Amino acid sequence: MAEYIIETPKGKWEVICGLEIHCQIISKSKIFSGASTEFGDDVNENVSFVDAGMPGMLPTLNMECVHQAIKTGLGLNAIINKYSEFSRKNYFYADLPQGYQITQFQYPIVGEGFIDIDLEDGSSKRIRIERMHIEQDAGKSIHDLDPHKSFIDLNRAGVGLMEIVTKPDFRSPEEAGAFLRKLRSIVRYLGTCDGNMDEGAMRCDVNVSVRPYGSDELRTRCEMKNVNSVKFVMQAIEAETRRHIETYESGGEICQETRQFDPLTSSTKAMRKKEFAQDYRYFPEPDLPPLVLDDAFINKIKEEMIELPDAKKSRFINKLGLTSYDAMVICENKEVADFFEKAAEGHDAKKIANWLMGDFFAMLNRKNLTIADSPVSAENLGKLVELISKDVISGKIAKDVFEIMADTSEDPEKIVEERGLKQVTDTSAIESIIDTVLTANPDNVASYKAGKGNLIGWFVGQVMKQSQGKANPGLVNKLLKEKLDQ
Amino acid sequence: MAVDNETVRKVAFLSRLRVEPEKLEETKQEFNKILSWVEELNEVDTDNVKPLVSVNDESLTMREDVVNAGQMSEAILQNAPAQEFGYFVVPKVVE
Amino acid sequence: MTDLTDLTVCSALKKLKAKEISPVELTNAYIEKATTGQKYNAYVYIDEKQALEKARESENHYLNGTNRALEGIPLGIKDLFCTKGMQTTACSRILGKFTPPYESTVTQNLLNSGALFLGKLNMDEFAMGGSNETSCFGTVVNPWSKAIPLVAGGSSGGSAAAVAAKMCAAATGTDTGGSIREPSAFCGVTGIKPTYGRCSRYGIIAFASSLDQAGPICKDVADCALLLNNMAGYDAKDSTSSKKEVPDFCSFIGQDIKGLKVGIPNEYRSDGLNTEVAKYWDTAAEMLKSAGADIVNISLPHTKYALPAYYVIAPAEASSNLARYDGVRYGVRVDGNGLDELYINTRTAGFGKEVKRRILIGTYVLSAGYYDAYYLKAQKVRRLIKNDFDEAFKQCDIILTPTSPIEPFAIGDKKMAENPINMYLNDIFTVSVNLAGLPAMSLPIGLSSNGLPLGMQLIGRAFDEGTIFKTAYQLEQCAKFVRM
Repeated sequence: MAEYIIETPKGKWEVICGLEIHCQIISKSKIFSGASTEFGDDVNENVSFVDAGMPGMLPTLNMECVHQAIKTGLGLNAIINKYSEFSRKNYFYADLPQGYQITQFQYPIVGEGFIDIDLEDGSSKRIRIERMHIEQDAGKSIHDLDPHKSFIDLNRAGVGLMEIVTKPDFRSPEEAGAFLRKLRSIVRYLGTCDGNMDEGAMRCDVNVSVRPYGSDELRTRCEMKNVNSVKFVMQAIEAETRRHIETYESGGEICQETRQFDPLTSSTKAMRKKEFAQDYRYFPEPDLPPLVLDDAFINKIKEEMIELPDAKKSRFINKLGLTSYDAMVICENKEVADFFEKAAEGHDAKKIANWLMGDFFAMLNRKNLTIADSPVSAENLGKLVELISKDVISGKIAKDVFEIMADTSEDPEKIVEERGLKQVTDTSAIESIIDTVLTANPDNVASYKAGKGNLIGWFVGQVMKQSQGKANPGLVNKLLKEKLDQ
Repeated sequence: MAVDNETVRKVAFLSRLRVEPEKLEETKQEFNKILSWVEELNEVDTDNVKPLVSVNDESLTMREDVVNAGQMSEAILQNAPAQEFGYFVVPKVVE
Repeated sequence: MTDLTDLTVCSALKKLKAKEISPVELTNAYIEKATTGQKYNAYVYIDEKQALEKARESENHYLNGTNRALEGIPLGIKDLFCTKGMQTTACSRILGKFTPPYESTVTQNLLNSGALFLGKLNMDEFAMGGSNETSCFGTVVNPWSKAIPLVAGGSSGGSAAAVAAKMCAAATGTDTGGSIREPSAFCGVTGIKPTYGRCSRYGIIAFASSLDQAGPICKDVADCALLLNNMAGYDAKDSTSSKKEVPDFCSFIGQDIKGLKVGIPNEYRSDGLNTEVAKYWDTAAEMLKSAGADIVNISLPHTKYALPAYYVIAPAEASSNLARYDGVRYGVRVDGNGLDELYINTRTAGFGKEVKRRILIGTYVLSAGYYDAYYLKAQKVRRLIKNDFDEAFKQCDIILTPTSPIEPFAIGDKKMAENPINMYLNDIFTVSVNLAGLPAMSLPIGLSSNGLPLGMQLIGRAFDEGTIFKTAYQLEQCAKFVRM
């Protein structure tokens, strides 16, 4: 793997980075109340008395959120803790109605795990997961509606979150980017989080420190909160790394602080400091007894686990003969992988992969469609490839057929049949066209015979034209050569 | 562990309570009186004692994932000191 | 004609069922008492109109034969219970005129049993206090006061005073460190704090979540059993409420206590124990013995540490529970320049002195660097205290102690006012029970030489309120305490 070393005239540096990712849990109701998690409803409508922090209101734990967390934990190859506790994290903020967030502190539901990431040079790296816990989301403050007021909407307050904390294993922005894409792919496979960073369903805090290359010291780290795209996370790491190095090289010190990444300037800036340092005063949530899970509960979820991207990828490589790159691209998205598998069933998987990653994706892009809305079904893509394999149509005709499929959603066999696009493989039919062409062009025949061998291409073109593209090009070539070389 | 004025100020801020400068000394003394009293706890040997988190031995019951609350913004907002367009309103928060 | 407010709930129900009296008559009698008893400052809110409407509904239920367990019984509700459409303030300025759009489970259970609510009862602000002097509505006056006004105890002071002065048939209370039992003792009435988890805490304004429990304050033991029957039960809305079956507590009334082992803890004979209280304690033990019980000496070695542990744990939880009172979604708001200033202005003006003191202490003991030394230490001591009881209950079935080491004191008492710890020490016999989550009852045993009521406490095993009820009933029969 290519190392990410930052060289300056004064020395070489490396970056140490860890991520904390908040993933909104997919569930119908909130983690501690029966209000809906629906996004985009009217202001303060998806709010229960519990979510609004009304006096005397108590949390009740949503089983689905626990279920989803365990599923995700298994997807992270992590230990599931049968005993976990909820804690309160105390701080005041306008969109935190209770004045504390119910989270997990000392005893999270998921322990250590790992994810293997794929890097551009084809290598892979294991990123260790420190822990994952579940907690409630805060509401939303809207600051830009009025110059003197902020507006609070609690619809999001209490939506379940999974917070995944990695070990400081990242040594480059690329690794962090690859990790986020892989994590997003895993949670989407599992259906535990929709993974949309721009909508805030997945949010990332980035911890960065640097050290002289080759040393093993640990220097002060800074945290950048709520970076909301994979690209920005990578940029933030780059910018913060640069700032640390510049600071150290000019004799300065880095102080531990929370910073904000500004995508417009590609730089980070310190957040406004309060007079006193934050102190969250975690303590066990007295409204919720410890969560004790039995083996049966966990085993049932294990049985429900589906094949994840890594396993799918190696199966596609080993059993279906895909290249590592093709398998990686196809497996990143479960719908794509499922579509592929369905299309490839009984057909040439490698050819299906080529079609999928070529014309098919290009068509979706052009039409601005997702794979779920594709006008070309998996079965029909499979049939199309089969038509080529069986020499029923040529590759060139197939492209035309595909365009018709994309416009009409029709079965390729039907298209070929109805429009008479079947490749002509009948030797005598082709021979008769060849004869016509040769008779009509005696000069060229003479030139060919005199040694202008490259005229063969011209002859093939003429024959294909006359056959309206339906003649099998290989056969045309062979028969032409036979006739001309007689 | 006696607290100093600065600690009292910090704790007051964490609690979002104001202790007037002229009351700081008095508050500190009262604080220390109570703390030195509760420090009697240090006489107790608690090595190998697990903290008691929950007196009931019943484990946490989970609820089914059903939407059964919400769609009542009027009730949510009815006691609010300030509200506009269905939002709670606070002075502008500067990040 | 007899005064209807003299009737216990059980006897009133008999007369109601026999149609000798009507719910409206009964309600009117209590409203009359509540009005003439305003000098006690027990009520902070009375809703006469609503109460009489409910009484008329109850009348129909009796006429139709659809009357329920507490049909037409006029109750007073501690202002800590959220009552739908009825002002609920925890007797704190910070809640302003907060009117909950929801009903607490306990009060809903009572409503479902046909009870009606006369209004809301005074209490220490957020239930923090032992004398009702921290209420923003002013101190409750003990109806037993002689020349000088005495405290009714706290925090459920309004509840105990209202029951003593017959301003309601019975009342709800809550108990975090003695808040049902101490005022019951001071006002000569009977109150039980059930096992933690017996009553749902849903809709009860939280003070210290791991200690808070609701319970009834009544004229006698049998009424307590009946009220608790109609308050207790598992509630899916409170994850700490217990799924254990609730027995019919009334069935324990009148059961004999032959051979029952009553434990007397040595450690409760502390320095601060009033000699008259000590004497009554012996008397009570004798009475139980004469009723057939065996008296055994037991030890609760960590008793001394219960109060310090309590005054770490309760403020810690309170500091967090009271963070929601920030002037944003409900209650009063004192504006400020920016959000933090709004919080600080609102909370500084909205909370009283004792509440602020406890929030500060609670914040401190949870803060970085001090958590282990205070909070964690206290939680460990809490386990030792619970273990003490587990050990003790291997030797006895129930524990008898005084409820309070002292008799009711004067409002504004100098010793109590000058040092908060002096006030805290009054809870010395009651807090261990909350730390261990056990059920305990206070019932009047007699009068002091000053003519003031003194109470005895019976502590049971977890979820064994039944033994408390049968023992308390026998003790009540022997003590023959004369209510006001």
